[in-house]
Amino acid sequence: MSAAIDAALLLDARPRIARGLRLQWEPAQDAHVLLYPEGMVQLNASAGEILKRCDGERDVTAIVAELEQAFEVEDLQQDVLAFLQLATAQRWIEGL
Amino acid sequence: MSAPQKPGPPFWLLAELTYRCPLHCAFCYNPVDFARYEDELSTEDWLRVLREGRELGAVQCGFSGGEPLMRQDLEVLVAEARRLGYYSNLITSGIGLDESRIKRLKAAGLDHIQLSFQDSTREVNDFLSSTRTFDLKRRAAQLIKGQGYPMVMNCVIHRLNIDHVERIIELAVELDADYLELANVQFYAWAQINRAQLLPTREQLRQAEAVTQQWREKLGNKMRLLFVVPDYYETRPKKCMNGWGNVFMTITADGLALPCHTARMLPGLAFPSVREHGLREIWYESEGFNRYRGDSWMKDPCRSCPEKENDHGGCRCQAYMLAQDPAAADPVCDKSPEHHRVLEAIAAAGKPGMIEKPLVFRGPKESRRLDRAF
Ligand code: SF4
Ligand code: SF4
Repeated sequence: MSAAIDAALLLDARPRIARGLRLQWEPAQDAHVLLYPEGMVQLNASAGEILKRCDGERDVTAIVAELEQAFEVEDLQQDVLAFLQLATAQRWIEGL
Repeated sequence: MSAPQKPGPPFWLLAELTYRCPLHCAFCYNPVDFARYEDELSTEDWLRVLREGRELGAVQCGFSGGEPLMRQDLEVLVAEARRLGYYSNLITSGIGLDESRIKRLKAAGLDHIQLSFQDSTREVNDFLSSTRTFDLKRRAAQLIKGQGYPMVMNCVIHRLNIDHVERIIELAVELDADYLELANVQFYAWAQINRAQLLPTREQLRQAEAVTQQWREKLGNKMRLLFVVPDYYETRPKKCMNGWGNVFMTITADGLALPCHTARMLPGLAFPSVREHGLREIWYESEGFNRYRGDSWMKDPCRSCPEKENDHGGCRCQAYMLAQDPAAADPVCDKSPEHHRVLEAIAAAGKPGMIEKPLVFRGPKESRRLDRAF
């Protein structure tokens, strides 16, 4: 499969937070965190903004567009895809 | 030597909702004198504890016991934990779980369940011939999976079942478990009384680890397998509770706040009750939580040890049980002058044909009897 087709498939995917994990805003850490059995990861601001849009409804294209609009930046697609792949490898999200 | 710094917030709140339990595990981690503490916290007390813990910054909440399903208000507590933003974990033997109960727990927002294989000593034959206990586990496992939870199992391993590790793994595979923890018994409370019968030999341990490794390779990603070695067979102690009063707070059935669930046994330390004190005051101000924070309480060899950051001198309860001094180095450490006690226990385990006293099964009657005897 060529890289272009690969990316196109990913853009249609609707990622969601993996089963058993919960994303929430944690005032004590002033950050989004991912909770899982007996543990927690504290997310940096961009990771939190991406993951909170991974609801199984929005596709990757929509997530990228929303982020670009919200933060008034362009060309986020590569960064977002790279992070989503990392998040998949960490088993934080499913459905990519 | 550094003075204790102001500690961070607790991360874990463990609610030991009740000491009642329908089972009689010979390795039970509840205090040997549990029958004294019948006066359980009320629902309102627990709701306040949950709220105060969350305000203090705790994120993970565990419901254990005894058997937490014995509390009819479990769903109420789970719902409140969820509302407050805890990630909630239920640690259960599965006894008392039925379709309507698990649905209510799921609806209340329970995040995670850990099912324990229990009482595999008294019912070792039943268990291994997969009759009654296995049927019960299968039912519990189906209920848990049916609600979309991963199937996470824990089995306490000891001398009397360690040779059957393969069969235990097969049972977990049949139950479609996602995760199996084979945790060697640690010697506290009831397990300490029964240590001579429960400590495996070095050879048994080696065998069991080898079998587990074979299955790990065979199962790949299908089921994760964790094997926890008993710390008697290590030369360095565990970093107990990740540091005393560092991340963990247990509240017992009768409302005592402890830095770990066995700390109640330590002499000369008064732990505060949540009936009388708020959690913030307990965490930051109480003598019980401050006593072994930092390292100014340490004695040699720990005090001058270059490794003290790694393990904080090990477990205070183990130091008390084996060296009769809660501020001593954990005798599991081979630098401890009392390390020979651990080696002697291991040597005794390896001697064939030793005269064995009968196992003491946990129960209210035995608890009262032992309480008197001490
Ligand atoms: S260890 Fe056994 S007896 Fe003790 S609380 Fe757990 S299931 Fe009950
Ligand atoms: S001497 Fe104390 S601090 Fe050093 S490794 Fe042993 S238990 Fe840990």
